[in-house]
Amino acid sequence: MKLFCIGLSHHTAQIETRERFAGHSRSEAMLRERGCRELVLLTTCNRVEVYSCAEKQLETGDVADCLRVGGELSPEVELRSFYRHQDRDCARQFFRVTSGLDSMVVGETEILGQTKRAYEMARARGHTGPVLHRLCQRGFRVAKEVRTATEITRGSVSVGSVAVDLAEKIFGDLRGRKVLVLGAGETSEKTLRALSSRGVSDLRVSNRSPQRAEDLARALDGIAVPFALWLDQCREIDILISSTSSAAQLLTPALIAPILRERADRPLFVIDIAVPRNVAPALNDIDGVYLYDIDSLQSIADERMEMRRRQFTAAEEIIAQHVARFWEQIGYSLGDDFATQRSGRSAVAPDLSPSESKAS
Amino acid sequence: MTVDRHLLILSTIFFFAAVVRSVIALRARVFRHSRFNFVMIALGFAVQTMFLSVRGHALGRCPITNLFEVIVFLAWSIALIYMLVGPAYRLSLMGVFTAPLVLLLQLFALLAPVDTPHAIRVMPNPWLEFHASISIIAYGVFALACVAGAMYLVQERQLKTHELRSIFYHLPPLPTLFSAMTRLLWLGFALYTAGLISGFFTGEPVPWKKVVLAFAIWILYGAILQGRYLRSFTPRRIAALCVGAFAAALSLLWSIEFVAHHA
Repeated sequence: MKLFCIGLSHHTAQIETRERFAGHSRSEAMLRERGCRELVLLTTCNRVEVYSCAEKQLETGDVADCLRVGGELSPEVELRSFYRHQDRDCARQFFRVTSGLDSMVVGETEILGQTKRAYEMARARGHTGPVLHRLCQRGFRVAKEVRTATEITRGSVSVGSVAVDLAEKIFGDLRGRKVLVLGAGETSEKTLRALSSRGVSDLRVSNRSPQRAEDLARALDGIAVPFALWLDQCREIDILISSTSSAAQLLTPALIAPILRERADRPLFVIDIAVPRNVAPALNDIDGVYLYDIDSLQSIADERMEMRRRQFTAAEEIIAQHVARFWEQIGYSLGDDFATQRSGRSAVAPDLSPSESKAS
Repeated sequence: MTVDRHLLILSTIFFFAAVVRSVIALRARVFRHSRFNFVMIALGFAVQTMFLSVRGHALGRCPITNLFEVIVFLAWSIALIYMLVGPAYRLSLMGVFTAPLVLLLQLFALLAPVDTPHAIRVMPNPWLEFHASISIIAYGVFALACVAGAMYLVQERQLKTHELRSIFYHLPPLPTLFSAMTRLLWLGFALYTAGLISGFFTGEPVPWKKVVLAFAIWILYGAILQGRYLRSFTPRRIAALCVGAFAAALSLLWSIEFVAHHA
């Protein structure tokens, strides 16, 4: 018996190729016909992978043929995007995938839900057996352990999401919060969209060019504010995003001080992503005002990315331990000589323990 | 060594374990949510309760007859309020800040020569016991307000300095901490007021110095709440005042005991 994984992902294939091999309603039946005794088909927007246990390994071309959506297969070109992993490497690949180590955004957790759904579907169709069952159950355990024992899933790695994280720590719930954008640049738009995705619904845009303010406000379902009135808006808003091309500072402690007195104890989060900066750094010294410029946001994002990288080694160690344990447990049932010698047990597929029988 | 002292040592060990775990996590700069702290505090609390029960049975009254017992009763109140408030406000991280406070109090109780038995055994007075116990529980609530204040200051400082440590992602948002802090202040103030009023019904002679000190604490917390109500204090100032007021109240509590013993 062979345990293997054949597939492609964002690492090896462009989106057009991934779309072409995304699988279809007959894919699983075709793979079973070609000898896959146990089978889990994982398809997401970033990857298509077939995990299988079979008497003999399938050819990559056979698997590609089963996954192909329309058109003829051109093996020389398209098969280059596929990778294959066998036995321990297959287990390692599955554990890396469930833990988010192989994801486009390292550490993301959505993939775990997607693998769980793929497993549930395969189980419901009777495509799983003792080997893939154990592989999947252990994969889910590994993902949980990696998440809790390392910080790989924590913290944002883009300027927009760092701003959202900070806003949530300053205000708690972002629903009902008011945001004013000064200037209509690309980064401010991204930040605004990130805030909007977390529930901020009152969006205001102010720009020297009224037309650009109107356009951005319309695109984000907000309102445009005349540039001459932006300072008055600071009485009401919670978050100010500044990104104008002005060479002079637009906001100073002297300008904001009378307004802050009217705001009582409501905090003000100021995101200055303009270069040169639009807001005087001294504003951060005022109680209740939190000022972040593009450098400080970027440095937090970089720190988080670095932290995730540092956690990579720890996560890989956890995975390596689980691969070894998994192989100890399952290798003999696949006829693996090394595991048979070490365990001294017969090459009969084991019964599942009660804990393993439980679906995740 | 007596059974009650053994129990107190065991309870202190549980709180020490919680503190050690937190220190290790902080030093590793990888902070994780874990039930360990809560379980250790819960075990510490259970053993504290046994200590108070053993001591109470031996005395035939509420075990708050000397500074040693008052401190342990206060530590017990803090652990109790933490277990009630922590999960309710989803402030599980409060344990990281609560355990060291309880540990310090109990270490002081164990090491300082404050366990002096009363020479004259007085008859239990229900009003006096109510007054003393409710006042100490109020202190426990103020202690938790102080803990919430400390958490607020830590989180606020990280936001101001832009130096976000691992703990930043585990600490609750500022409004959650502020809301917990102000509610604890109100609860503590209400309990303390009840304790203060009941003090006049004990039928015992009250030293005027004790009354003055007790009212000083009441005015201190009243002023903080007034500042909050009128919004004349910023949340950060209220958090700092919560920490400062508790430190002052704790030293005044000691003074009250001192005055009571030397009056």
